[in-house]
Parts: sequence; structure tokens; C-alpha cells
Amino acid sequence: MSSSLLARTYANYEIKDGVAVIRINDPNSKVNTLSKPLQAEMTEILEEIWGNSAVKGAVLISSKPGSFIAGADLNMIQACKSAEEVTTLSQEGQKMFDKIEKSPIPIVAAINGSCLGGGLEFAIACQYRLATKSKKTVLGTPEVMLGLLPGAGGTQRLPKMLGIPAAFDMMLTGRNIRPDKAKKMGLVHQLVDPLGPGLKSPEEATIQYLETVAIEAAKNLANKKLSVKKEKGLVQKLQDMVMGLPFVRKQIYNMVTKKVMGQTKGLYPAPLKIIECVQTGIEKGTTAGSLAESVNFGNLAMTSESLALRGLYHGQVACKKNNFGSPARDVKNLAVLGAGLMGAGIAQVTVDKSVRTILKDTTVEGLTRGQQQVYKGLNDKTKKKAITSFQRDTTMSFLTGQLDYRGFDQADMVIEAVFEDLNVKHKVIKEVEAVIPPHCIFATNTSALPIKEIAAASKRPEKVIGMHYFSPVDKMQLLEIITTDKTSKDTTASAVAVGLKQGKIIIVVGDGPGFYTTRCLAAMLAEAVRVLQEGVGPKKLDALTKGLGFPVGGAALADEVGIDVAAHVAEDLGKALGSRFGGGNVEVLKTMVQKGYKGRKSGKGCYVYEKKSKDKKVNPGVEEILKNHKSCTDVQYRLLSRFVNESVLCLQEGILPDPVQGDIGAVFGLGFPPCLGGPFRFVDSFGADKLVQKMHRYEEVYGNQFSPCQLLLDHAKDSNKRFHK
Amino acid sequence: TFVFRMFNIVLVDGVRTPFLLSGTSYSDLMPHDLGRGALQGLLNRTGVPKEIVDHIIYGIVIQEVKTSNVAREAALGAGFSDKTPAHTVTMACISSNQAMTSAVGLIAAGQCDVVVAGGVEFMSDVPIRHSRKMRKTMLSLNKAKTLGQRLSLLGSIRMGHLMPELPAVAEFSTAESMGHSADRLAAAFGVTRVEQDEYALRSHRLAKKAQDEGLLSDIISFQVPGKNIISADNGIRPTSMEQMGKLKPAFVKPHGTVTAANSSFLTDGASAVLIMSEEKALALGYKPKAYLRDFVYVSQDPKDQLLLGPTYATPKVLEKSGLTMEDIDVFEFHEAFAGQIVANLKAMDSDWFAQNCMGRKSKVGVPPMEKFNTWGGSLSLGHPFAATGCRLVTTVAHRLQKEGGQYGVVAACAAGGQVFLPKYTYAQLARADTEYSRGATVQVFLVHSFGLFSVHVLCMKMTMCKSVQKHF
Repeated sequence: MSSSLLARTYANYEIKDGVAVIRINDPNSKVNTLSKPLQAEMTEILEEIWGNSAVKGAVLISSKPGSFIAGADLNMIQACKSAEEVTTLSQEGQKMFDKIEKSPIPIVAAINGSCLGGGLEFAIACQYRLATKSKKTVLGTPEVMLGLLPGAGGTQRLPKMLGIPAAFDMMLTGRNIRPDKAKKMGLVHQLVDPLGPGLKSPEEATIQYLETVAIEAAKNLANKKLSVKKEKGLVQKLQDMVMGLPFVRKQIYNMVTKKVMGQTKGLYPAPLKIIECVQTGIEKGTTAGSLAESVNFGNLAMTSESLALRGLYHGQVACKKNNFGSPARDVKNLAVLGAGLMGAGIAQVTVDKSVRTILKDTTVEGLTRGQQQVYKGLNDKTKKKAITSFQRDTTMSFLTGQLDYRGFDQADMVIEAVFEDLNVKHKVIKEVEAVIPPHCIFATNTSALPIKEIAAASKRPEKVIGMHYFSPVDKMQLLEIITTDKTSKDTTASAVAVGLKQGKIIIVVGDGPGFYTTRCLAAMLAEAVRVLQEGVGPKKLDALTKGLGFPVGGAALADEVGIDVAAHVAEDLGKALGSRFGGGNVEVLKTMVQKGYKGRKSGKGCYVYEKKSKDKKVNPGVEEILKNHKSCTDVQYRLLSRFVNESVLCLQEGILPDPVQGDIGAVFGLGFPPCLGGPFRFVDSFGADKLVQKMHRYEEVYGNQFSPCQLLLDHAKDSNKRFHK
Repeated sequence: TFVFRMFNIVLVDGVRTPFLLSGTSYSDLMPHDLGRGALQGLLNRTGVPKEIVDHIIYGIVIQEVKTSNVAREAALGAGFSDKTPAHTVTMACISSNQAMTSAVGLIAAGQCDVVVAGGVEFMSDVPIRHSRKMRKTMLSLNKAKTLGQRLSLLGSIRMGHLMPELPAVAEFSTAESMGHSADRLAAAFGVTRVEQDEYALRSHRLAKKAQDEGLLSDIISFQVPGKNIISADNGIRPTSMEQMGKLKPAFVKPHGTVTAANSSFLTDGASAVLIMSEEKALALGYKPKAYLRDFVYVSQDPKDQLLLGPTYATPKVLEKSGLTMEDIDVFEFHEAFAGQIVANLKAMDSDWFAQNCMGRKSKVGVPPMEKFNTWGGSLSLGHPFAATGCRLVTTVAHRLQKEGGQYGVVAACAAGGQVFLPKYTYAQLARADTEYSRGATVQVFLVHSFGLFSVHVLCMKMTMCKSVQKHF
């Protein structure tokens, strides 16, 4: 029966009962990507199938359990030298999918696992789509997050399939769509349940089941028992009618554009181009739309923004691996000391992965608050229907709250998140070491205290490591792991393994005051304080920082971090690292703390925080303080250059192992503008020489905080030196 | 101190009311009415003096709130002594199995000599409640002191308060209905629609044959108060493959394989058995029908292994008593869904499943079909959740007598939210050898089904009372 005797590498097919089952399986990767060789083989197969009158329908399926097609091969785009080359790639994709759309026989896309980007565009060109309800099945067009647009017909097909608003939402946010939602919005026609173990493993059984159901659907489509036309509901009909009016559509384009501009500050070109392509397709026809799509795709691929975002994507993938090998033993029992915001957050992301966790505090009040925080985090997920109430309860059952050290003799790792004070940390480490087993790792969650100083109180410094989480822990993706020269490799491997289990993106950096992230942030905040002192109001400062692409403005960020923490860190780092950390007068922060303006947590900081008011008001008390500390333009580059210089210095000093982790840490931990790709990517694209020039100018005015570090100077001298190849 | 008595426990006799489709002739009754019918029938058939009954245990799944200890209400109504204690147990579809094994436990522990066990299910009426919001308002209304307070409470009632709450459609722990789970299970074992329909048809044909030949002698007639006398099951419908093939899938749409015709239907009915120590039975001059030897309960993952209990439990009970599949003369497995039975048979025949899921070296082995549910099963006779267990056990005894065998095994799987830890066994008796194993419970309401199917694995081994027969 099988005519697939001609074995291909990326895709093969066999004919079952008059239906050609095309199976995709990239031999070199865990996921399938839409690469040139796959496209070539696919075209051959389709020609063969269309030429075979015995074939009445086709099924497109992946042999990999977790991946249908995860997207286009990014290296294929990376390899292109010009926009025109990328445009050609896009047009080849468009052509292939157009042929599929016009296929004389029905083609059923059977989706199990990730169906993203080019993979999704492939699927929506097919006549019918089935998806499994597996947890791994997600659909989406994440191109926008890489500074690109769906370049193989996506901007043309999606609006027709889903309606203009839903298509915009999908393409402009790039978010993942779960199977249930996909069915509801009309992205897939039919859902298939994943199976448990039977005569095969659950994964194999599920794929086979999906295939069987898909073959049935293909046959039914071929003999017209099944129709893809769906009866439109009243709401749908109404929406279609309204969308038929040109002025309504115009309003929508304008509204969406305005919203995009508001959110991106015009720093990201891709969303605007997506709107343009959709508009062209709808108003001027698909031919014009497709042309706009391919041309814009080519242009976007060459932008520095896309380069930056793609760099972040690769970096993020790299930072989700454990480069330290597998640890000698798994962490099965974890204990967290301190049920504050951080401690409870760490506990939440740990129990979420079914790891037994003890949350210890010293007071009943503190413990209650912490446990409530964990419960609330999980309950919010229940309310959003991400988990059931039963899952919430069983997850909660992994958490034990207590005031004593009971059960610590079973702990494989203890993470302390107690008050940031060296004496307190020393006391805690001694107490804990008296009760934990010899193999247990002691991790400290500190944002600035050097780990080796904390480890000085330990009897077993090789088991001590820093794990710097970011607040709120359940939302922030980054984990900065800090090793001292005494930390053993196994301890590091174990900490990375725990972090990965918690779903974190991980950078591993060397020890030093403020490590990597806090140091860069402190440098920038010091400059922000100086800017405030110069008479730029908090609102203006925030607008300027956000204008760079930071998600949160400088003043608001200081409030979030806590003015007291900022003051503490600024003073400590100033002492440890000298006048480079000068700029803003630490007294400003200290006076604010004295007056009780500690930031959001105290209700007042740079801003006044009231429960219900959305629009935050500038704290008049702060304006008063700033008046007394009065000390311009170029604010943005002053902020940025201090951040960047500190990052490069961290690399120079060996605190950072490589620029990739530096970029990832800055973007995912501190909100460094993603469109710039991180401090190192920024230096590459902006030009080290230009940056150094600017810094020298600032140096003359403000002093040595702006002295470029040696590594930056080296890069400025030699334009061939780049942080990213 | 307890003195465990090391002697045999016997099934003296068992009866049941006819099992009827819900919403038919029993529809105006209450659960304890049916329970009363079964208990009265047992009294009449066995002639057991009511004052010697030490205890009564009854099972039920969907509770009527007015008769929460349905055992006591039914026993009093049936004319048992008001000096006999009675309690109610619940364990999804093996509730009456739980009643029987509790009885065995009481006798083995020396607490009792004569125990009546049974179960009832009444799906023609189920408790539909006011919404939680409305209940809260009504309860506050009770406590309101002034007219103003009352008015303000009444004023707070909104449309949303008026939505009634139906009994759960889905398993609490997994949010999946049992029919849905059965469909996935069938798919995981590659059980086709045709195989399922064929098995269901077999069940109906065999039930019809047993009915026609008068083999279903455990049935006692039931007089519906003010109406006619019911003396036969009404769900047995041997149709044809063509007719069954026309039905659309009931749970997984459009590609599912479980339909209304290859699933057990919502049923009203009750059953009861009389269990004694052998010594006592003989002293009273009874000729017991079977020994109850041993039992085992097992639990699995309620998501993917919900209905696979029989596969897990059967080998356990056999190994425990040093028997093999070949030694068994009669198999009675509860048929929740045709797909579930066929999937279990395939699981028992699979080395992969035995090695990867059960930690065994090789497959369990399949019961021969000529010994398997030969008088019909839950698919055709009906499945009043808490009454099925006693029907299975009584049927095994009757089949052993009729067919002349020595050993019988009962297996039933049950839904069960409380099962979360996989493979956890409980209830082991000193020397019996009847096994119960337990999967997880599922409640399926509505669809076409307003039904709660539970599937519990109950493996019960029985031996004919050869020694007893020699006595007489």
C-alpha cells in the first residue's frame, strides 16, 4: 500500500485507506521547524499526492510528541544578507501555502504540541484543523515578539478566519492560545483528548489516536459527510455586518494603531507593519496584501529591533539549560526561611511543581500572610480557569507552614529570604546548619549582600550559594544565581536545576557587591536621583525612561523596589565601589526614608499611592525634599550609559560569564528595553565609539561616574570588536 | 480485646428488586422504598427470624437528604426489628460491595453472626439544590429579626440566585465525566466502536436468554404502592448492530465511540444479601450458597486509569490465594461501559501494560469469554450504582450452582474522588479470599444520561459450599 518507500529526511508519507498521512519529523532537533529542506520535501510530497488519483485526502501530522511545527527556522532568516532575500523567503512560503489552500483534495492538519508562527500559517492554509487538548498544544503567532510579522500568509488569512479584532489581538500580542480557546474562536475545528497509557505510552497512543481521527475527518471531508462551513451565530453575523462598513473598519485601524503607539511608544516597528498588512489585504485585496506582507517581512527582519529581540529569544533558550550537569541528588524537600513577599513567592513557584516545601517564619502573623499569598496566587489561577480548585488544593498540600525547624533534617535545600542584614543572615545560617543534613544546600536570596560575606558564617561554604529572585517571584522570569569561589559545582548544578524546575530563566554570575543586576540598576537609579535633583519631576523622569523602552519608569521603579532598599543598596555599593556610584545624593533617599516615604509598600514614595485612584499623584513631600537638593538634557542617555557601562564592567571583571547572560539578566530582571536587546546588544548596535563619546562629554560635566570602563574603550577603539557575533 | 474467629463466612442467599430504567415504573418512589422491597424480599425468601439479625449495612451513592441513613429507614419499613442497628456506607459503584465486606469484617471480628448487606440506587429523583448564594440568603433569612432585615435580604436576591445546582456532571478531582474517561480509555486500548457495540449486544442477548430461561432467580417481585407488580428488569434490549451503529457518540464529539447503547444506563433498583458465619448458618439449618473467601481493594490514578481496576485487582486476588486464571469457573465483572470491559480485557492481554503500568513481568491473562458474564451484565440488566455489587455476588453463587463450578471472581471498578494516591490497597481480611479492587469514581450526569456511573473493581472469589452439601 505504502508509496513512501522513497524515504525522505524531514517528512514522509504513507497512504492509508485512500488518505495520505504526511508525517513531519526533523531528525536533528527536538522540535520541527519550517526549514528550507522541509519545505522542499513537503512540496515534492504534495506534488506526488496531487498526482495520485487514488488519494482522496491528506493528513498532516508530526511524529514528535511535543511539537507540530514550532515556527520558521530562525537561522534561515539570520542567514539572509538583505531585506530582498528575506522577502523572497516569505514569498516562497506564501506560494506553497496558497497551493495548499487551493488543494483539490482536503488536507487536515492534525496538531499535537506547539503550532506556532510558520507552523500555524501552514495549518491555517489547510482545509481542516484538529488539535489535541494536550498541555503541550499551543497555537499562536509569536512573530511580533521577534520584531517580525506572520510572513507566510498569516496577516491575510487570519482576519478572514477569525474576524479583524480577534486576528489583531492574536498577531499583535503574539500570545499562546490554548486548544479550548482556539476551538472557541474558530482557529481549529475539532479537539481530541490526550490519552493515558494503554497498549503504548501516552504520547505514542495520543499521536496515533489523533492520526486515526484525522484520517476519518479527511475521508468525511472528501465524501462530503463533513463540511467546514459553520453556521454563523447572531453575534457573528452582526459583527460581520458592522465590519462590512468601511468607516467602521477605518475606526478600528485607527484605534488599534493608537493603542499600539501608546504601548510601544513607537519603539517597535513590527506591530504597525502588521496593521498595515491587514489593512492592505482587506482594503486592496489579497494580492496587494500578500505583497505588503512579504516586503514588510523582509524589511522588519533587517531592523535592529528584530535583531535585538531574536537575540533575546536565543539567549533565553540558552538560559533555560543546565550547563553544570545534573546534580548528585534531586531536591525533593525544600525549605524557605521567611514568609515575606519573596519567601512566599519562592514557596509558591516551588509547590507549583509538586515539590514538598516548608515555609518558616518567626511570627504567626508573618506566616499567615505568607501562606495567604501562596493561596491567593493559586486561587487567582483557579479563577482564570488555568487550574481546577482540586489542583489548587493538591498543590497547596505540598506546602507546610511552621515557626520551628521541624522537618529541616529532611531538607535537600534551604533558601533563606530573611531581612537584608548581614548579622541576621549569619544568625540564620548558624541556626539552620545545626539542623540540616550534610548534603543540604544553603541558598541565600539577597539582592546586594556579597555571598562570601554571608558564607563566612558557614561551616560548609561549598554548599552556600546565592539565589537572587525578582519580585513578584511568580511573575518575574529571571533568577540570578551567584557563586563564590568556594561554591562547589554540584551546588551550582542543584540550584540551577531547582530554578529551572520553578520555570525560571537563569543567569549564573560571580560574587561581588550587587552581583550583576543590582549593580547595574543601582548605577542607573543613582543617575535617576540626580536627574530628579536637577528639577526633572518624577512624572517627566518616568516618561523619559519609558520612552527608552523600560516597562516601568525610574521613579516608579524606585517606589516598587522600596526607597529604603534603594537607599541601603546605594550606600553599600557606594562604600564598596566608590565614587562611580555617586551622582544622586544618597541623602535624598535617606531623607525620604526618614519621612516615611518608603515607596509603594508605605503608601508614599516618589508618588502617593491610594487604593482606588488609578492616576498616581506626585508626592508633594518629595518635591519639597528635591527643592532643597537642587543641583538638562540627555537624561535618557545618561541613564542608559551608566547602566550599560556597569554591565560591561561586570563582564570585564568576570562577574558575568558572557554577554548573553548579561543581556538576559538586564531585560528579564530589570526591564532593560527589549527593543535594544540588552546592554551588550545595545553597544553593538549603537556603536561603542559613539557611546564612549557621549560618556566623555557627561564625564566632563558630572564626573567619574561616566568614565567608560576599559572593555568599553577597547570596543570603541576597534569597531570589529563586538559582544555578539 | 478482639478475638478474630478463624472460620468460614457464607452467603446464605441474595435477592434484588427488578432493575428498571430511571423514570419508568418506580419514578414516584423514594430510595428507601426500593430498599424496603429488597429487604422484605430477603426476609420472605430466607425466612430468617428477624430477631437474630445482628446488623444491617446498606449502600447508596446519590443520597436523599431526608433519609440519610437509608439503611435504618429501609430496615424499619421492611419489618426488621427496631433493636437491630443499621448503618449506611458509600463508595461509589461498589457501595454494596463495601456493605458486604463490612459485614464480613463484623463477623470475622466476632462482633456479629448474622448480617444483612445490600444497596439501593434511585436515579428517577436526584437532589437538585438552590444555588449557594440563594441558600446563604435563605439561611440568613431564618436569623433575620426585623422586618427591615428580612426585606433587605429579600431585596438582595438577583436572577443569579435562582439558577439551580445540578448534581456534579464531572468527577470532582479531574473535572472529567466518566463517559468521557471511558471513551479515552477505549481509544488508548484501540477499542473500536464495532467491538464496543458487539460486546454490548452480547450482554443484552445473554441477559435476554437468562431472563427467558428463568435464570435470574435473585429477582423478587415488587409491588409499586397503588400500582402494578413489577417482576422483571426492563432495560434488556437486544437490538442489532445496525441499529446500534446509528447512534451518535454521547460524550466525545464527533469522533467518540461511547454511545448510549454501549454504556450502562441510569437505573433504579435495590439488592440485599444474607451473610453468616458458617457455624451459625448450619446451626440454623441453612444450606449456604457460597463461601466468601477473600477480597482486595485497589486504587489507581483517577484520570487515566479510572476504569482499569479489574486488571489491577484480579491477579492480586488470584496470587493471594494461590490460584490461576484457569482455576476460575465463573467471572462476573461489572460492565460500566462496553469500551471499559473490552479495554480491561485488552489490558489483561498486554505484556506492555503489565510491564509498564503494573510492574509485572508478563501479562495478566484474559478470562475465557465462555465463563464471563454469561447471564448478562450491567450494560443490559442495568446498573443501580449501590445495588450492583450484591447482584454480582449473588449471580456468581447462582452460576456456580447451575454450572457446577468451584471458584468465582467478581470485579467492579468504581469512580472515586478520594482516590488520589495510585495503587493503594486497603481492607484485608485475615482469611477470606474475595477481592475488591478499586479504580476511581466518576459521575456522569446528563448528556442523555443523568447518571452516575461508578466503576469499582470488586473481585470476589467464592467457592461452592461443597462441605456444606456433604453435611446434608
